[in-house]
Amino acid sequence: MLEVLIFATLNGLVTGLLLFMLASGLTLIFSMMGVLNFAHASFYMLGAYFAFSISQYLGFWAGLIFAPLIVGSVGALVERYGLRRVHKSGHVAELVFTFGLAFLVEEAIQFIWGRDTKNYQSPDILDFPLFTLFGQEFSAYRGFMIAISLGIFICLYRVLTRSRIGIIIQAAITHPNTVANLGHNVPLIFMGVFGVGTALAGLAGVIAGPVLTTFPGMAAVLGSIVFVIVVIGGLGSLAGAFIASLLIGLLQSYAIASDVGMPELLNLIGVSFESSHPLNDLWTLTLPQVAPILPFLLLVLVLIFRPTGLLGKREE
Amino acid sequence: MGMIKKLSVWIGYLIVLLALPQFFDSILAISIFNQMAIAIVFSLSYNMLLGQGGMLSFGHAVYFGLGGFLAVHALILIEFETVYFSILFIPLIGGVIGLLAAIFIGSFSTRKAGTIFAMISLGIGELIAATSLIFTDFFGGEAGISGDRTFGPLFFGVDFAQDLEIYYLAAIWVFIATVFMYLFTQTPAGRMANAVRENPERAEFIGYSARRVRFISFCASGLFAGIAGGLFALNYEFITEENLNAITSGRVLLMAYIGGLGYFIGPIIGAVILTLMNSLLSNYSELWMLYLGIMFILTVMFLPRGFAGFIMMHQTAWLRGNLKQLALPYLISGIPAFLFSMTCVAMIEMMQTEEQSFSFFGMQLATDAALTWIVAITIAVAAFYATRRSLPQLRDAWESANAIPASEKTES
Amino acid sequence: MKSKIFSFRLNGLLLVSLLSLSTASQAQEPVRIAFMDPLSGTFASIGTSGLKILQFAADYLYNSKGGILGGRMIEIVPLDNKQSPTDTQLQFRRAVSDGLQIIFQGNSSAVANTLSTTIARHNRRNPEMEVLQINYSAVDPALTEEDCSFWHFRFDAHAVMKLNVLTDYIAQNQDIKSMYIIGQDYSFGHVVADTSIRLLNEKRPDIEIVGNEFHPIGQVKDFTPYVTKIVSSGADAVITGNFGADMVSLARSIIDSGLEIPVYTFYAAYDGITATLGEDGKNLIRLVHNESSNPIPTETRKDFIRAFKAKNPNNDVTQQRIVNALQMMVTAMEETQSTDPYTIALALEDMRFTNMSGEELWMRGSDHQIFQSLHVSVHTDEGVEFDADNSGFGLLSEYHVPAEETIVESSCQMQRPRR
Repeated sequence: MLEVLIFATLNGLVTGLLLFMLASGLTLIFSMMGVLNFAHASFYMLGAYFAFSISQYLGFWAGLIFAPLIVGSVGALVERYGLRRVHKSGHVAELVFTFGLAFLVEEAIQFIWGRDTKNYQSPDILDFPLFTLFGQEFSAYRGFMIAISLGIFICLYRVLTRSRIGIIIQAAITHPNTVANLGHNVPLIFMGVFGVGTALAGLAGVIAGPVLTTFPGMAAVLGSIVFVIVVIGGLGSLAGAFIASLLIGLLQSYAIASDVGMPELLNLIGVSFESSHPLNDLWTLTLPQVAPILPFLLLVLVLIFRPTGLLGKREE
Repeated sequence: MGMIKKLSVWIGYLIVLLALPQFFDSILAISIFNQMAIAIVFSLSYNMLLGQGGMLSFGHAVYFGLGGFLAVHALILIEFETVYFSILFIPLIGGVIGLLAAIFIGSFSTRKAGTIFAMISLGIGELIAATSLIFTDFFGGEAGISGDRTFGPLFFGVDFAQDLEIYYLAAIWVFIATVFMYLFTQTPAGRMANAVRENPERAEFIGYSARRVRFISFCASGLFAGIAGGLFALNYEFITEENLNAITSGRVLLMAYIGGLGYFIGPIIGAVILTLMNSLLSNYSELWMLYLGIMFILTVMFLPRGFAGFIMMHQTAWLRGNLKQLALPYLISGIPAFLFSMTCVAMIEMMQTEEQSFSFFGMQLATDAALTWIVAITIAVAAFYATRRSLPQLRDAWESANAIPASEKTES
Repeated sequence: MKSKIFSFRLNGLLLVSLLSLSTASQAQEPVRIAFMDPLSGTFASIGTSGLKILQFAADYLYNSKGGILGGRMIEIVPLDNKQSPTDTQLQFRRAVSDGLQIIFQGNSSAVANTLSTTIARHNRRNPEMEVLQINYSAVDPALTEEDCSFWHFRFDAHAVMKLNVLTDYIAQNQDIKSMYIIGQDYSFGHVVADTSIRLLNEKRPDIEIVGNEFHPIGQVKDFTPYVTKIVSSGADAVITGNFGADMVSLARSIIDSGLEIPVYTFYAAYDGITATLGEDGKNLIRLVHNESSNPIPTETRKDFIRAFKAKNPNNDVTQQRIVNALQMMVTAMEETQSTDPYTIALALEDMRFTNMSGEELWMRGSDHQIFQSLHVSVHTDEGVEFDADNSGFGLLSEYHVPAEETIVESSCQMQRPRR
């Protein structure tokens, strides 16, 4: 049991930190621009595909460096020539634009790279078990993923709290209009934040691609979860996003690792049902079975009872 | 608009609905009309939320799907003679279920509009779609459930075995639903929905609870989405989980948006366009979804009020009798623009195909010849340049057509 | 678009005039066959690879040799159903509208079930325009059991038949003392789980089922948590019915965790999967399937595969059964000199046909289920003459079960249309 608990925690951490890389960019973008970027996970997917193509020629490490840069540039261009135009039509139009963008990116990726699974591999140098516990290996690559994610978190934290641009962004999170009034080049900051945010998503894609499989559905699998995290954490709160990411990662991991479900619960209270009972599907439900929908349940509950999210301050 | 004029529009609408099969009578055409009928009611109901109420929903398929599932269950009950009931009223069953679901979900989700509402709708949508796959007895798993519409009492000897018969039934329902949805916009609740969308605080000041107004719109929208679901059940005689998941929710958003939010006729236009694309374009190109995505993005960027908005833009010019002035500039800009997009399509298709040559509008293009590419790129560049060059003229023509007196004209 | 709408009516007229004309004028008409599978969207790679096989087989075997039925060409009409039951309905109406009466379909049992129900209903209501369903890949047993239809023919072994073979093979391996079953939470996943448990209990009561897990289809980001459970359960082997990305992710997670236990699958090959598994999956991944991939028993089939590869260098003959289905259907047409679905269906019933691999196939008349030898193959790069995904890796058959041993009883009560 102990080994399940330890590995569930480690797995939850890996997923949670990966989710945070996406959620941090999304939160930054939302804080600055008030746009919930539906296409955020699409940039994550773009990152994986660019890195795959680069790794074919220059190896994994080149992909790790260049793919996020390319994705960030694409993001900046999208902001400059797409979002900025749509901004005039209001927030709904912006949301709908990113929604359409997510759709378009998925189609474009299928057009360029094809629809089958891509053989994107982790580098050989990290192809060894970091440690073996109770007969189960924890691969060095996963350790590397944790290290990168934590590194990003620390960098982001330092930039936001110690640098001038970070202070401007901090200010924009709570007082977006004042920042504009102070004469900062808001459009440029927008473009920069959007670029950096999408580059972070791209980086997440680069390191997730080899373990989570690079295929055209990878954005859809993650897309709405990232949303859930940002909303649960509190719109615009980076710390909230961090907590929510780990929370969701661990929650799912523990739920899968658990072996409990309705049968056990019913046993406990001494009730049993025939398998022909009309609600048999309900009585045989297990926690691992519903693990992937738990975040959505959490989302709805949080929104009903605490619409600002865990650490959020602004409602709209 | 005068009463008579209004009435004649509605009568015209009914005549068009009923007369369509007289002109296009192939099985495929009828099938497309049936899809359109369903899509029109569904996207109109979506517009009640987003267009009129300002509530962006990512889970509208829930009401459509739940209505549809109950409607198919009703068909099954009729088939096994548990109940004796005419299938004419199946859409109403769907509507009632959609309404009940909306009352329940709306009771907590309509407290706030904006992002919070959107997120709740997303969460609820995912929850219900996932739940439907778990409860396979009721929802039938990924294969769904199916019924048979030919049972129950006959309607003047019609058993609705053929799609054409269902079309006439659907057309009547579409007409009824459209009339009621239009009438809703004229009620105080409907009008207040607009007010609350624009400024909830002011609406509260004049004594309306913004939340209550949103709730009413939400319930009405659920009702009509359920009716659309019931029509779906009648037409296809089956329903699956995909009809209540995010894909269907996304599609209705696309339809309403492309058609034009805020205009009553917008979603109808969107439903027609998207149905045609979905059923016709998909057979000409594997990449039709790519084109759909591009079209959607371009619409959001350049026609923020959709196709209906584009048409309505010409109202001023039309009222002034200046529409003719625009015809030539439109043609001058339109032809190269069309040429440009078609050349791009040709190049995209050439990249995609693995064949040596492929036919494009009757032309045989050799995909591996450099010449084909050079010609295509040249045409594309030239057409793009020509479009760019002609746009200022179009803008001038537009301004002069819309100008009242020249002195009052404002910039852009 | 406008001109297309006008041609609807034209199509209708054309159809009427065709039907009213005598068969003599049809001599020049091609025999048109619909191929209805996902050709766009997420599942498109499987659909398009199937289409290429059918298209190539029709050209290679018949069209290049003067056609069938005295000079008629075979024309394959692709219809994109996006692997969605709803779009299947739309495309079915298009097929009927275009006068297509034979539909090849394979992907997703949900789609196959919908199509079978729709066709049965359509044929009952429109006896003048019947349609035949050639199912080359959907393996839900129900299609030839309780939900069997006269208009449906299956050219693949169904899930229970395949599991019979797979569990026979597992039972032989005395090293396996415990089994973990994991699958997608939908009908096929459940069939695999329930049947595996039942059969293993019969054949090797000593094998302990240490896990029976379902996960939502296509929604799992990371399979590592599941693999953790597999590891801690101490399972000696895994059975899964996963396909597509769920299959790749699961296999990769198992490999990454250093778990070197056999994984028994249905769909872990081709369309990018073999290349992705590569060296890591060697000798670990096993598949149950019909039509041996390596070694290929006959020169005829080797030539066919080489010719296919020459034309489609990036694809493989992933589903030889499509060719079987086409050949048997054409044989039925030639025998009866007819393209009428009802006549073809009768000729297909109890047909015995020797395919490219030199093996006799039997289409059972009572439930329209095909019987042929089944194989369990391993993912490897040794002894692989025909690889997959141009990766050097491919499937090598390790275990064969002749057709007569794969025969299972069917509960099918077929409703035959009266003529």
